[in-house]
Formats: sequence, structure tokens, C-alpha cells
Amino acid sequence: MKKLLMGIAMLLGTAASAEGLLINGAGATFPAPLYQKWFSEYNKINPNLKFNYQAIGSGGGIKQFSEGTVDFGATDAPMKDDQIAKVPDVVHIPTVLGAVVVAYNAPGMKNLRFSGETLANIFVGKITKWNDPAIIADNPGVKMPDQSITIARRSDGSGTNAIFTDYLAKISPEFKSKVGSGTSVNWPVGLGGKGNDGVTGLIKSTPGSIGYVELAYALQQKLAVAELKNKEGNWVRPSIESTSAAAAGVEMPADYRVSITNASGKDAWPISGFTWLLVHKDMKDKAKGTAIVNFLRWGLTEGEKMAAPLDYAPLPDVVRERVLKTVDTLTVNGQKVSEK
Amino acid sequence: MNFHSSFRYRKFVDRGMAAVCAIFFALAFVPLTSVLWLVISKGGAGLSWDFFTQLPKPVGEAGGGIGNALVGTLYMVGLACVLGLPLGVGAGIYLAEKGDGTLGNTVRFVAEVLSGVPSIVIGIVAYALVVIPMGHFSALAGGVALAILMIPTVAITTEELVRLVPGALREASLALGVPNWKTSLRVVIRTAMSGIVTACLLAVARAAGETAPLIFTALNNQYWNVDPRAPTASLTVAIYNYAISPYDDWHAKAWTASLVLLIVVGLLNIASRVLTRNRLKGAR
Amino acid sequence: MAETATQVAVEAADAESGRPGPGNVGDRVFNATLWALGIMVLVVAGLIVLNLALVARPLAKEHSLWGFITSSEWNPIEEHYGALPFLYGTLVTSALSIVLAVPIAIGLALFITQFAPPKLGRVLTIPVELLAAIPSVVYGLWGLFVVVPWLRESIEPWLGKHLGFLPLFQGPPIGLGYLASGVILAVMILPTIVSVSVEVMKTTPEANREAALALGATKWEAVMLAVIPYSRAGILGAVLLGLGRALGETMAVTMVIGNAPQISASLFAAGYSLPAVIANEFAEAVSNVHIGALAGLGLILFATTFLLNAGARILVTAVQKGPSRIAG
Repeated sequence: MKKLLMGIAMLLGTAASAEGLLINGAGATFPAPLYQKWFSEYNKINPNLKFNYQAIGSGGGIKQFSEGTVDFGATDAPMKDDQIAKVPDVVHIPTVLGAVVVAYNAPGMKNLRFSGETLANIFVGKITKWNDPAIIADNPGVKMPDQSITIARRSDGSGTNAIFTDYLAKISPEFKSKVGSGTSVNWPVGLGGKGNDGVTGLIKSTPGSIGYVELAYALQQKLAVAELKNKEGNWVRPSIESTSAAAAGVEMPADYRVSITNASGKDAWPISGFTWLLVHKDMKDKAKGTAIVNFLRWGLTEGEKMAAPLDYAPLPDVVRERVLKTVDTLTVNGQKVSEK
Repeated sequence: MNFHSSFRYRKFVDRGMAAVCAIFFALAFVPLTSVLWLVISKGGAGLSWDFFTQLPKPVGEAGGGIGNALVGTLYMVGLACVLGLPLGVGAGIYLAEKGDGTLGNTVRFVAEVLSGVPSIVIGIVAYALVVIPMGHFSALAGGVALAILMIPTVAITTEELVRLVPGALREASLALGVPNWKTSLRVVIRTAMSGIVTACLLAVARAAGETAPLIFTALNNQYWNVDPRAPTASLTVAIYNYAISPYDDWHAKAWTASLVLLIVVGLLNIASRVLTRNRLKGAR
Repeated sequence: MAETATQVAVEAADAESGRPGPGNVGDRVFNATLWALGIMVLVVAGLIVLNLALVARPLAKEHSLWGFITSSEWNPIEEHYGALPFLYGTLVTSALSIVLAVPIAIGLALFITQFAPPKLGRVLTIPVELLAAIPSVVYGLWGLFVVVPWLRESIEPWLGKHLGFLPLFQGPPIGLGYLASGVILAVMILPTIVSVSVEVMKTTPEANREAALALGATKWEAVMLAVIPYSRAGILGAVLLGLGRALGETMAVTMVIGNAPQISASLFAAGYSLPAVIANEFAEAVSNVHIGALAGLGLILFATTFLLNAGARILVTAVQKGPSRIAG
């Protein structure tokens, strides 16, 4: 059967891949706006290299990468040990930092604040109305409507979900036991949206809703965003600065898999996270492997400059230098890739 | 005579029910008008040469189009035709010529039931049959999924149409000494040909409108693609992605892409109708 | 036509294997090819079942069939998979769509076949066919931007205010959910039910109808006395076909149901359906058990639609085969 299919494919695909090289990747929606910009700009410099990135969620990215159905993956939730066991030569390449923000649709109410416990209780389903005493306590002087809270959360396997639930699990033992943390959790309530864009769309169109999305999406769609209390007890607004503050002083392990939720630092945004590209340590396809390595070099130098305008925080310099060195150790069929 | 058998009452009920049925008819019109009106008005604004010929642009950049999606749909439907139509038409001819025994009845029954299988289930099958052995998503997988969808409907319609050919034609041919197989091929099927083409056109129209089986077989692609081994964009998946996004300009693109899709499907349906009309007028 | 046949016959007479009858090679090859093509349909059906079962096998190792069907927990992290929320959602949305669509469909079919002048009747089937030709994703788009806001702003608040004592209409009106799915599905299955019902009603022997009319019945009474009893089984078949289509409908439902794997009594609540969860999760299910669970849901869908379609076909053919088969 397989041979028959390959035969048909060969027959039909004669003039097919004449124009340039197609490199397939899939994964997180968290950095998707930035990656799309990167791939589009890189394609302008190298018109014969086409990076086809499908934003299907971190869970999908990990899966497709593990199965080899794509050449590279993207995720905001670092692979777990048992997932790495399936693809032992995976290398996590951190690219940028992003912030997961709490966005809501409550007309007239700007700058709401939620303490960690209130937030956890909302998302575990205990707080169901906007005029709940806990919310009023966090927002003295604001008149809250007697309206039900509709939660918008992820329906697909998501790194954004992983970062958000990781934070809530750290804050609230009840959340940890009832819902847990990870790319897919057992949400007891809420509408499911596909990708960061799906959740953004839900919040945008449903009055009385609240959800979690990456900062770039909330800002672009002008969603109202909440302030949160960080570990030091300060109320912080999500921004590139507060995201970078969360990563300052992070202890980067050798394989770059780290969580920076609920970080210390007086201006740190408590729900920040790195996002990674997943590549193989030794790539088998010469053309694709070379293209990927050179792209990574470009992304970590030129690409980083495009992060801030799109509301992502570039990597801290000390981390960036280390990652560039790691990229230099990637090989194609055992050979290192020289700079273009 | 009680009230219920009085003529006035009966007439009232008669008129009343006729009115109810007419109202229901009007009700059915409402969603149809709503969909068509919105697609045409909202989608029409975005129609442009660029829309048909350009690649999609990243979020936030204006412009871009669905050129690759349109090509992708045409390509995968084309693949599906190559893979599925011969099988479907052949099975239909089998049912018409030899399908009166137990085996024929079983095949017919299975075909009719298969035509009702949800397309997403067919997508899983195509995933197992093509994506897993190949190791990645591909236009071929999408084409296989669409082909499996087309086979039962084409078979059933082909059988119906071949059976419509008057028995007299076949008998005249046999009486003149033509072997059975030649009679079937050259006389019966040739006469039914426009009907068979109609059946194929309708199946193609259905395949062009499918989304679910393509989501995890052909995936998607930002670029032009005619390589069956690579993932491919399609009109339907593009509409889906644009529709569920939060971006207003993408929503507008979803309407315009829907207009394009409706035009494609509409043309196919009209073509099939024209062919049937010619047949009914006593062609050949 | 005779000309063509004669031409062919002349060629045949000149050809080598000229004699008709099963003895000649041409006939044998042709018959064998046809037979093979017919078998292919069965092969395709077998492939479908086989592949679904194969992909679903890892699920069977961890879950019993009963456990899978009755558990309402869908937890990919701990690998507990229960089909109940999706079965519930599929059933509720399909049932709602049937409730909404069947009266209108039958009324429409009656209008087309009985009450409208025959020439008009033919024209009137055109809008129905147009409805049938619109692809599912376009219905989803329409549903998302037209039906959902309409429900959220007008219908659901009204229902909640006036009929809110029923658990069916409680909860916040978000627009997305079972009600939206049911309404859109109703529009989508309407053409199916109408076209099959029209076919079935047309086979009512005219004699029955005319006899009723001759005895002084009004048009409506003729319908009730002659058409409906005759086509009852066929109409039921049409409804079953519509139900089958509603069960398997994917895109339109995925876009408006809210993607919440929960069971709620209220129609306003968000839910999930069998095809929707497969569409959302299949591309990214990582473990074999997760994929197996989704394929298992696919198998349930396949089995259900198979049975429904089989039942429907039997009913419809029974009506079309002749008066000896009618009940009552």
C-alpha cells in the first residue's frame, strides 16, 4: 500500500518542487504573529526558502515534531521527559518571551485587578459572578455588574494553557488538584477556543467573558487587560518591560527548559514564559537542515529586533549569546553548518 | 352533524393548513436568503484580481489573497477525481449491468449506507491510510479522503442513470449481433454518458465544499503547492481559519472566500443541471 | 440510435471475437472488470471499518467499552477518556434540529407536492436544492456571525425571561452552545428531509388521492387520508436520513457549539459533539491512547450513522416498492 501510494505520488509530483525549498513547521499560536513575520521577512531575503508554519497549538507542534511529520516544531510548554524519550535528539531553542494576560469583556470596566487567589477561584469555577465579594475586594470603589462570568479557555493542546495553569497551580493548591497544569487540562467550566486567536475571538464577542491569551493578541484586538499581583505583592500591568523583568536573573538550565511563572522581581509579570522552537540536534536533510540552522541564526540576531514592535520581549542578552552558541552546535549529517 | 364535519370547518382547516405549509415554505426561504445575501454583500466587497492570485499575508498586513487555497482545492479535487471517479462510475455500471443478485444488492446497500458516513470519519481513515505511512501531511492524503467520499454517491447516481437507458436500445444492439460487453460499453453507457458526467459533477461539487477531512490530512500551506507529497491549502480550510480568528479583516476575507466557493459549487451544479436538461430533451 | 447500433454491429461483425454470449473473451474480461469494481465498494467499506478499529485499539487496552461510553471525564493528561459529554452533545443538538426541522420539512414537502400547482412545484424545489448545496463551513460562518449574535441578543434573553423556569432555558445567554448548533443543523438537514419526503409523497398512487377527492374530501383531508398513511414509513425514513446527517455534521457545529466537554441541562450552555472534538483534537493528540479515543468516537459515529442510514433506506425502499408493503 505504501509503495503504491509513493508510486502515485512520484508520478503526479513531477514538476512539483521545482520552485524553491519548502520547510514545514507547526506548533504554538503564542508566538505565531512574530514567527509569521519572521518567515515572511526571511523569505524576502531568501526567496527560494519557504517556511510553512501552521499554528495548531503547542500540543500539536510537539506531536507533529515527535512523529516527524514536520521539520521543526514550536511550543511554549517545554517537552516533558516522557515526550523527549520519543525524540531524544530534540533541542529546545528559546526564541522570545511572551506574557499570558487575563483579558476580559466587561464594558465600561477598565483596569480591573485580580489577586492570585481570586483569579484561581474564578477559573476553577467557584466565583461565578462579576459582583462576587472577592472581585469587589480586589477593586475597591468600582461598581461591578450582577452578571455571570463566562470563561474562555483553550480547547486544544496549548503552551499558553500550560503557562497559565502552571501559574495558577503555583498560587492555589485547590486549582492544582482540581484542574492541574499542562498543555491540556480538565477545565471544569468555560467555552473552548481554538488557539490564542480562538480565545481572543470568544472574549471579543461574548459580553461578560474572561480568558487568558498572549499579550500580542490582547493588545492587537484592544481587549481590556487586568492587572495582577506578583510574587512581591506589587500590582503589575503586563508589558514587554514586566515580561523581561520576569526573565532577568533566571537560571537557565543546559537544555533551556524552564518555567518563569510567578517569578521574583518587583516589576515582574507573574505569567511570563519563554517560547521555543524544536529542532533535531543532527538533521538528516542537507538542504532543509542548513536552511533551518541559518534561519535560527538570523532569527536570534535580526529577528529579535522585530519582537518588541509586535509586543514580544526579546531574549535577555546573556541568554541569547548562549542560545547562539547552541545553534552553532547543531549539525547536518554530522557536519556543522558554516555561516552563510 | 357535529361541528367537525361541517363543511365550513373542514374548509377552514383545509385553507389553514395550506397557509401553514406556505408559511413554512417562506420560513425555509429565510435562512437561504440570509446566507446568500450576506455572502454576496459582505464577500463581494473583497473580490479583486489580487484576491484570486495572491498568497495570504501575515496578520496585520493588509491585502493578500486565497490564490494558493483556490489552486489547492482544485488540485485536491482533481486528485480525488482521478482516484475516485473511475472506481465510482465502474461500481455504478456494475450495479446497473450485473447488480441484481445477492452480491449486487449487498454492494448497493453498502454504497447507500457509505454515502451517509460523516466526512470526518473518512478523514480519520485517510489519516491512517496515507498520512501515517507517508510520515507527513500531504495533498495526496486530502485527495484520498475526498475520493473515498465521492465513490458511493457517484456509484449510486451512475447506476440510476444507466438503468434509465431504454431496454429497447440494448436489445436492438444485441439483436444485431453485437457482443454483450460491446453493447454495454458502446451503446448503453454512451447513451448514459451525460448523466454519468452529471453524477461526477455533483460529486465534485460536494468534494469541493468539504472541510473536515482536509484538516488533518492536507493540513495547510502558506505557499503555492502542486506537490502531492506536501501539505496544501484549500478554500474550505481557509474559510474556517479566517472565520474563527479574531481579526476583522480576516472575517471579511472569510466572506469573500465563501463567495468564491459558492461560485465554484454553483457553477458545477448549474453545469450538471444543463447536461440533464439536454438529456431530457431527447438528445442523441 | 439505430444508426449507432448498426455501425457498432458492423464493426463487431468484422472483429475477431464477434459472437455474443458468455463464451467470448471480451465478455469475460468485461464482466470480471465490472465485478472487481463492484467489490471495490465493499473493500472501501471494509477499509474504513478496519482502519478505525486499528487506530482505536490502544484505547481498548485501557478502557472497557462500557466505561468509555458512560464516563464523562475527558482528561488527556491522565489518559482517562469518556465519550459521554460528546454523545450527549451530539444527541441534544441532533434532537433539537429534528424538532425544529421536521414540521417545517413536512409542511414544505406537502406544499410542493399537494398544494402548489405542479409546474410551480418543480420550481419550488430549486431553493431547497440551493440550501443543500451550500457547504458546511459557509453555514458555520453564517452561524457564527448571524445566528449566534441573534440568539445571544434576542432569542435567549426572551426565552430565559418567559420560560426560564424550565431548566432548558436557564443560564447566561452567550449565544454559542446547543441552541445555536441545533438551529443551524435544522437549516442544514431541512433539504435532506424535504427532498426524500417529496420523492416519497410523489409515489402515492394518484388513484388513492383522487378517490378521496371524489368522495368530497378537501385537499387537506385527501392528504391526511391518502398521502400521509401511504408515505408514513418513507417520511420516517427521510427523518432518519436527516438525523444521520445531523449526527455527522462537523464544521458548522464546531464553530458554534462552544467546545466545552461538559454535560448541561440548559440549551444555552456550551457543549461539544463527537465530530467537533475529533476535528479539534485529532491533529494534535500525542499519545496513542488519545488518538485511539478519538478514533473510538469516530467508530461510534460510524456505527450510529450506518444503522440510521440502513434503517432509513429500508423504510424508503419499502414505500417505493409498492402498495403491498404499506402499513395501514
